[in-house]
Amino acid sequence: MLHFELVTPERLVRSEDVYMVTVPGTEGDFGVLEGHAPLMSTIRDGVLLVHKTAGATPEAITIRGGFAEVNASGLTVLAEQAV
Amino acid sequence: MASLKALKIRIGSVKSTQKITKAMKMVAAAKLRRAQEAAMAGRPYAERLEAVMASLASKVTVSENSPKLLAGTGKDQVHLLVVATSERGLAGAFNTNIVRAARKKAEELEAQGKTVRFYLAGKKGRVLRRFYPTSVIADHELGQHKTLAFAQAREVADDLIARFERGEFDVAHLFFARFQSALVQIPTGQQIIPVAVPAGAVSTANDGGAAVEYEPDEEAILAELLPRNVAIQIFRAMQENAASEQGSRMTAMDNATRNAGDMIKRLSIQYNRARQAAITTELVEIISGAEAL
Repeated sequence: MLHFELVTPERLVRSEDVYMVTVPGTEGDFGVLEGHAPLMSTIRDGVLLVHKTAGATPEAITIRGGFAEVNASGLTVLAEQAV
Repeated sequence: MASLKALKIRIGSVKSTQKITKAMKMVAAAKLRRAQEAAMAGRPYAERLEAVMASLASKVTVSENSPKLLAGTGKDQVHLLVVATSERGLAGAFNTNIVRAARKKAEELEAQGKTVRFYLAGKKGRVLRRFYPTSVIADHELGQHKTLAFAQAREVADDLIARFERGEFDVAHLFFARFQSALVQIPTGQQIIPVAVPAGAVSTANDGGAAVEYEPDEEAILAELLPRNVAIQIFRAMQENAASEQGSRMTAMDNATRNAGDMIKRLSIQYNRARQAAITTELVEIISGAEAL
């Protein structure tokens, strides 16, 4: 499972283990699965899709401004706003 | 000696003051908890952003064409002091301490021949106008919000960055009160522009052996991160301030309540003595009157 964290300046919105997350990067959307290569990318305003399990209907979270970081411990999305 | 009636009125008025300070103390205590929770909730973001900033800054070399927010304007003449205070008073020495810290820094800088400008965030910083009537370049009111929104900090940060780009100042310092406990708030000043990169904090977070891929590239990410970092620092200062303000108010109102209690006790003794004296005088008059017969 992929450890996924969504943080805004106001609070820690999500911290959970999921199957896959699709992130709206500045240079295009990218999906992050477990074991993804280390990556840092800025994000554009858009919809973040969280797939809890393979094949499940994704949950959509609208985010604004920020960046995403993938490292050995998982995916961290720092967004200015998340709804 | 005050008359019995005057004493009675005085006791009544102190009692109602005590009621108010007691209520304010309890409200501050409740708000303090919320403000503290908010400050705690904001910590993960700030910590991660700091780690990312450090790892990025260590990869990018500062040169003439790096973003101004990182490299500075190349000058060190005009200093801007951003003074974050609260919107309301009656919080002990909270605002006074912040303003005092800012004034101290201003005097230091002026002694070095620098130009000092002020940027006020919060109504209670306005006392600075009295000392530096011409140096206050902006007066930003925070408004009466129940909880601090990041958007408020963003507004201040955007304004600051725009002024920086126009060359209105070279260095910016931020003044606020760091929250330690309900009893202790430390007035703090820190440099926010140009961004002080944590020296020696070459991050180990990403050095898992694998090379990190940057999208678009280090410089572009850093350029986007820098203004965000300013906003975050201001937001954190506001959060710390909010908690400090309530803590300071709670302590101040607790003291006021206790003082009022002491005062009531003292006045009551005075009142009872005066009453007893009046009774004694009356008795003496009656007895001496009876003896004279």
